[in-house]
Amino acid sequence: MQVPAPFEYERATSVEQAIALRAKLGDEARFIAGGHSLLPMMKLRLANPEHLIDINDLEELFYIKEEAGEIRIGAMSRHRDLLDSELLYQHFPIFRDAEKLIADPVVRNRGTIGGSLCQADPAEDLSAVCATLGATCVIKSETGERVVDMKEFHVGPYETAVGDAEMLTEIRIPTASNGGSAYEKVERRAGDWAVVSSGASVWMDGDTITAGRVGLAAVGDNTTQLDGVAELLAGKTASEELYTQAGELAAASCSPQTDNRGTEAYKRHLAMELTRRSLRRAVARAQGQEA
Amino acid sequence: MTTTEPAPTEERPIGFGKLLRKEDPRLIRGMGNFVDDIQLKGMLHLAILRSPMAHAKIVSIDKSAAEAMEGVVAVVTGEDLAGHGLAWMPTLSNDVQAVLATDKVRFQHQEVAFVVATDRYIARDALEQIDVEYEWIDPVVDVRTAMNPDVPVIRTDLEGKTDNHVFDWETGDAAATQAVFDNADVVVKQEVIYPRSHPAPMETCGCVADLNRVSGQLNLWSTTQAPHAHRTVYALVAGLPEHKIRVIAPDIGGGFGNKVPIYPGYVCAIVASLLIGKPVKWMEDRTENLVTTGFARDYVMQGEIAATKEGKILAIRTDVLADHGAFNGVAAPVKYPAGFFGVFTGSYDIEAAYCSMKAVYTNKAPGGVAYACSFRITEAVYLVERMVDVLALELDMDSAELRLKNLIKEDQFPYETKTGWVYDSGNYEPALRKAMEMAGYDELRREQAEKRERGELMGIGLSFFTEAVGAGPRKDMDILGLGMADGCELRIHPTGKAVVRLSVKTQGQGHETTFAQIVAEEIGIPPEDIEVVHGDTDNTPFGLGTYGSRSTPVSGAAAALVTRKVRDKAQIIASGMLEVSVADLEWNKGSFSVKGDPSKSVTIQDIAMKAHGAGDLPEGIEGGLEAQICYNPENLTYPFGAYICVVDVDPGTAEVKVRRFIAVDDCGTQINPMIIEGQVHGGLADGVGMALMQMISFDEDGNCLSGSLMEYLIPTALETPDWETGHTVTPSPHHPIGAKGVGESATVGSPPAVVNAVVDALRPYGVKHADMPLTPSRVWEAMQGNHTPPI
Ligand SMILES: Cc1cc2nc3c(=O)[nH]c(=O)nc-3n(C[C@H](O)[C@H](O)[C@H](O)COP(=O)(O)OP(=O)(O)OC[C@H]3O[C@@H](n4cnc5c(N)ncnc54)[C@H](O)[C@@H]3O)c2cc1C
Repeated sequence: MQVPAPFEYERATSVEQAIALRAKLGDEARFIAGGHSLLPMMKLRLANPEHLIDINDLEELFYIKEEAGEIRIGAMSRHRDLLDSELLYQHFPIFRDAEKLIADPVVRNRGTIGGSLCQADPAEDLSAVCATLGATCVIKSETGERVVDMKEFHVGPYETAVGDAEMLTEIRIPTASNGGSAYEKVERRAGDWAVVSSGASVWMDGDTITAGRVGLAAVGDNTTQLDGVAELLAGKTASEELYTQAGELAAASCSPQTDNRGTEAYKRHLAMELTRRSLRRAVARAQGQEA
Repeated sequence: MTTTEPAPTEERPIGFGKLLRKEDPRLIRGMGNFVDDIQLKGMLHLAILRSPMAHAKIVSIDKSAAEAMEGVVAVVTGEDLAGHGLAWMPTLSNDVQAVLATDKVRFQHQEVAFVVATDRYIARDALEQIDVEYEWIDPVVDVRTAMNPDVPVIRTDLEGKTDNHVFDWETGDAAATQAVFDNADVVVKQEVIYPRSHPAPMETCGCVADLNRVSGQLNLWSTTQAPHAHRTVYALVAGLPEHKIRVIAPDIGGGFGNKVPIYPGYVCAIVASLLIGKPVKWMEDRTENLVTTGFARDYVMQGEIAATKEGKILAIRTDVLADHGAFNGVAAPVKYPAGFFGVFTGSYDIEAAYCSMKAVYTNKAPGGVAYACSFRITEAVYLVERMVDVLALELDMDSAELRLKNLIKEDQFPYETKTGWVYDSGNYEPALRKAMEMAGYDELRREQAEKRERGELMGIGLSFFTEAVGAGPRKDMDILGLGMADGCELRIHPTGKAVVRLSVKTQGQGHETTFAQIVAEEIGIPPEDIEVVHGDTDNTPFGLGTYGSRSTPVSGAAAALVTRKVRDKAQIIASGMLEVSVADLEWNKGSFSVKGDPSKSVTIQDIAMKAHGAGDLPEGIEGGLEAQICYNPENLTYPFGAYICVVDVDPGTAEVKVRRFIAVDDCGTQINPMIIEGQVHGGLADGVGMALMQMISFDEDGNCLSGSLMEYLIPTALETPDWETGHTVTPSPHHPIGAKGVGESATVGSPPAVVNAVVDALRPYGVKHADMPLTPSRVWEAMQGNHTPPI
């Protein structure tokens, strides 16, 4: 049995109280959401927080709803909720694609979108999903709240815009018609983290992609949203050649590293192949060609 | 799945046949009793401090801060152990291994010190307070460089050691083999690597040691596959009198060979209990299990086959470089340093064979024989079955046809191989034909041809294996001088219920059911009336334990023979009861009757009561109905099988999907077909795991990169197909019930089938070979012509 170092534990009763506590305890404290990133690190003693503030009782953070032309997702929504949500699936099938391949049911029953985005693991999937969809994040502190886009939110591996005395409370995704989205991932085994993943979203006018985005996971820094690919796609007619071009650009825009999951060359190849596939499927969905 | 439970209406067999496992109700209901469930009064907890480096001199250890912690009872270093003469212990291969490092550490995570505390959390926290100063030494990580003159010597503890050599070994006839190669039409060569893997049982290793200072009695609850062998080794290591040692293996959560060796942790717990006078528990965590305990494989094999252009295999030759880690911890019979690798000639009738091997030390965890390998037969079968496919490709011949052409024929058994193994019985061709029929082989090849036209990648892989299990005959097999014969004891109680006591120990194989069925078959008492006692040295006869698929071949034979011995006595008692001569009695599974007059009969239960009751027994017969024997196997048993794997490879991502897997096994007489099928299912899953994802890997500093199940991947239901199993039955001629072992057949036989299927799928890319694990990246690199060995 692997056991963490000793720590103090408190269950938060409201978002305000949780933030106040975090502000008071400072750097040595951590929120604990699903615990599926934090607890393994604590057990391996890679993380040794002195205080855990448990935010699992904060009912106000569990929701997926449509409001003001946006889908709004409470930070404590579990992977499982995202997987099951019909509302989310209707608007953004990319979530279901991704969630089907995130970890396993045990992890999905507890792990949260807030925890995933805040952990910002380089192989984590939801940052790319959210970035692809043009999501914004609501970050609360004792003094108020701010809304940042994914680019600002996701600073780099294990680094986000959320400060020591702040909490991510909500993810907002603008809805628009004629959109389609999809996610593709290669893993060595079910439940493993991505070797490479690629998410794509497009908005179409007939055969023309009016706007499109591609984001990658597990291939280095700053890939959750590839600006070059978005520029390439804008205003183009959907075609296999375009997907290949986008794939090649995606492969050139990332910086994967050789490790046990795969060689750099293979990962670059996947960035290209999976981008082609996710774009192809996103377009098909936008055109109502895939149920 | 093809397994179906026997319908409730179906008769429960009194003897062989499908029967639900007797042990399952308690395990399924969470009523099992595992080592970590053991709680003793005043029990303390032990945690081990491990080296962060693979090779380093220990400069100093400061344990004062840890000792000062509340709840810490003792902190012990190698130096402390050396004071008691306990810093080193023998391995099962007559090498020595450090219990706690004294001079230097030789692999990452090696044991450096231990803490004993009032609870496991304090013990763990105290490890952080021990300050060890290390001085880096360059590690030897790449096995191929281990014998270079300029690399550091790892085993400086061994007097006069100037290199990293462990042993050289050879088998077969070098000159005769060379002559065949010189004159052959066709010679194929290929380097074939079996990377390091780990059995990764669900339950990690651990023990509770309770040494009573007054009586001198040591009770040790431990995760061991071989309680009796362990008891003797403890007696030898610790100098404890053997009659004062009781080793108890309660329920064991999987072993696969991982629980054969004696690990430093066990010795630490015993020493701690001795020093402190209280019971001490040690349980590994998952990482400790993966990175320090018995690994498996790690063979770099140069394979060669000589053949005629018509595809007759003439000779097989191999040169092997074996990575044994920092200590030679191989658990194999002493005269077999490479285990039973000598069966690398496989299932084929050839003219000559030769193997040379060099084993070396590296800065990696010790071990070597583990993971359901039947003493290195996994490596041997993988080599030959991979090489046969290399030959098939060279000859552009169908791989099934090539095998059919070369399989040993039925009338050649018993067959002596060119490396001196005598295969007891076999009928190979029908097994392969059956597998081909189940698979629809010709249809699959047609489908494959069509798919290739369309650029789709489908592969069909075969493997035909012969196992050698049931170690072993006393004449040439022993471990640390202990012969490999097994005792067995059977007692029939007055009411006709029975207790059979075994020296072997289940780790999930279903001994409590299988052995009850063996006894039932011989004496006609229903299996539910037969209690199987095992895993406790005080309550069972001596024997060497469960590994290498030896339980049924050795202890199973013992159980059958001890039952026959009891039955012989029962017959004499029955002759008295029925007042006829012994020769006039007829046995009808459960009762004796007078020949020609079936109405005159006594059941075994009647006889049992008589044996314990009042009144006279036939002359010279003592009361009671029990017997004990020790069975010395005449030979190993040689189960075999034919496996076919069908894979689809995504040409874009190089992901491999195992679509179908057909397994035809022949393990001789089947005792419980359902248990056999379960063993096969497990082994097939293991094989898919090894072929596609499992590997213990290291970086160049010797850091183990596979310290969690996030990195050391084990297949799930999603990676494994519905197994299609079948069987043929070719009894062993020398085993009393004709049974052979089956526990490891599928682990041995399946990896080559999967790899052969993947390589077959990649044929359009000109791929001749690719080493395991065939992860998407490694497959893709092979498709690009960039395949690199995993080590
Ligand atoms: C076996 C396994 C496989 C996995 N596979 C994948 C995979 O394939 N893809 C993938 O994307 N993920 C994977 N994960 C990660 C999983 O999705 C985690 O659940 C997720 O990364 C973290 O979410 P959590 O709710 O568990 O966060 P926690 O572990 O509770 O927290 C993570 C970090 O975020 C902080 N935090 C949490 N919530 C907030 C908040 N609202 N505001 C500010 N800070 C917060 C915590 O303080 C902590 O530092 C896997 C995990 C496991 C154990």
